[in-house]
Amino acid sequence: MSETKYTQEHEWIRIEGDVGTVGITDYAQGQLGDVVYVELPAVGKAVKQGGDMAVVESVKAASEVYAPVSGEVVEVNDELTGAPETVNADADGKGWFVKIKLADKGQLAALMDKAAYDKFLAELG
Amino acid sequence: MSDASTEQTLRTSLHGLHVALGAKMVPFAGYDMPVQYPAGIMAEHQHCRAEAGLFDVSHMGQVKLIGPDAAKALEALVPGDIQALKPGEMRYTLFTNETGGILDDLIVTNAGDHLFVVVNAGCKAQDIAHMKAKLPSSIKVEVLADHALLALQGPSAAKVMARFAPEAVKLRFMTAAAMKIQGVDCFVTRSGYTGEDGFEISIPNDKAEALAKALLAEPEVKPIGLGARDSLRLEAGLCLYGHDIDQSTTPIEAGLAWAIGKRRREEGGFPGADMILAHLKGGAPRRRVGILPEGRAPAREHTQIQGTDERALGEVTSGGFGPTVGGPIAMGYVEAAYAKPGTVVNLVVRGTPRPAQVVAMPFVPNRYFKP
Repeated sequence: MSETKYTQEHEWIRIEGDVGTVGITDYAQGQLGDVVYVELPAVGKAVKQGGDMAVVESVKAASEVYAPVSGEVVEVNDELTGAPETVNADADGKGWFVKIKLADKGQLAALMDKAAYDKFLAELG
Repeated sequence: MSDASTEQTLRTSLHGLHVALGAKMVPFAGYDMPVQYPAGIMAEHQHCRAEAGLFDVSHMGQVKLIGPDAAKALEALVPGDIQALKPGEMRYTLFTNETGGILDDLIVTNAGDHLFVVVNAGCKAQDIAHMKAKLPSSIKVEVLADHALLALQGPSAAKVMARFAPEAVKLRFMTAAAMKIQGVDCFVTRSGYTGEDGFEISIPNDKAEALAKALLAEPEVKPIGLGARDSLRLEAGLCLYGHDIDQSTTPIEAGLAWAIGKRRREEGGFPGADMILAHLKGGAPRRRVGILPEGRAPAREHTQIQGTDERALGEVTSGGFGPTVGGPIAMGYVEAAYAKPGTVVNLVVRGTPRPAQVVAMPFVPNRYFKP
């Protein structure tokens, strides 16, 4: 049984057990445009909720990707190094960035569920 | 966006067309301009290199200089040999300041009974004021605010243009002529800022949308936004004012010595001539160079350039991803001793030095029409 949560910075995290798979939302990839480079953290790196986790670059600009929760990076999506365009093609699936072993599942309470995120997007216009 | 900023934002005569085409509009140099259309920057860039792209560059300043000896008078403000231009010929030049820095880059065309000048959107107010203040009162500075400027660029541009104005296709790179297109009086130049063959068309505002729509109806032509305009000019090794050149850079540092005519080098007589000619003779302390990062990480503007000994050599002034190159590209300034192609440097991206090489520009060979 997995659940997916969202941040106001347009990251998603899908929780399975005590590990969360993290990516950016389809809305975010649409705003960025063509992704040409993704910089991922090293496996084993400790990340903090709301802190820098990865970088995604489009033709025009570089953007930070923030960690939705605190924890340890246990896996990164190396496929993105050679094929960063996967983020555009499948942001919610094959375009995932990292897997984080959660330090505190209680932090998930601060994130939005799908309905709340959709409402948040609607309010952005 | 607040109401106040909306009111202050200017619109070109093609604004409605951009919106109708689904463009993402952004503020640029005081105008609400299309940064990209639904196809996206990458696809637009590739299309311009493969076929032909239509750009709205109406935000740029179009000015006529009318009066006796206008070419000679303009030479007091620029280092280019303007007097050598025969009717129909055009040239890239620079407004320089007293210390040899660059106030703007511009294109000057000898249009027969006047000079036709095109300046950057972001600089046009001060450029116009500069010309009005510094040119003799016998030269009339007439701003063509009622004219749009369209650029048709790409390997298929000439094929498309031939259907509208066969006369235009006879022009060679950096020449120009007045002609009718679909019955409308236009001024057409064979020029552009993409590295590709192409044309720029000056046309009355009220006729611009009809021509733009007609050009876009041709199978080879797609609209191109400012995003791809930037990546195209970067691959072509061309300077963007305010980034790669500004009041702190001399034309020699910027690698634009070719824009200073032989006669002007001998005679001087332009602002900052002492400094510029000294740089020309003795070498500039720093140089604008092309930089090819190793790996995939783009190095953006203001990225520090270091020697392999970690000493700072300068910084990146334009950097990003070159869709035709298929990887990151940049340009920036380095100390003169490091300007030779093949020199290995480091780019400090997010705190980490990453290897890169100084390379000759352009990154993509230009395809100007020079029969």
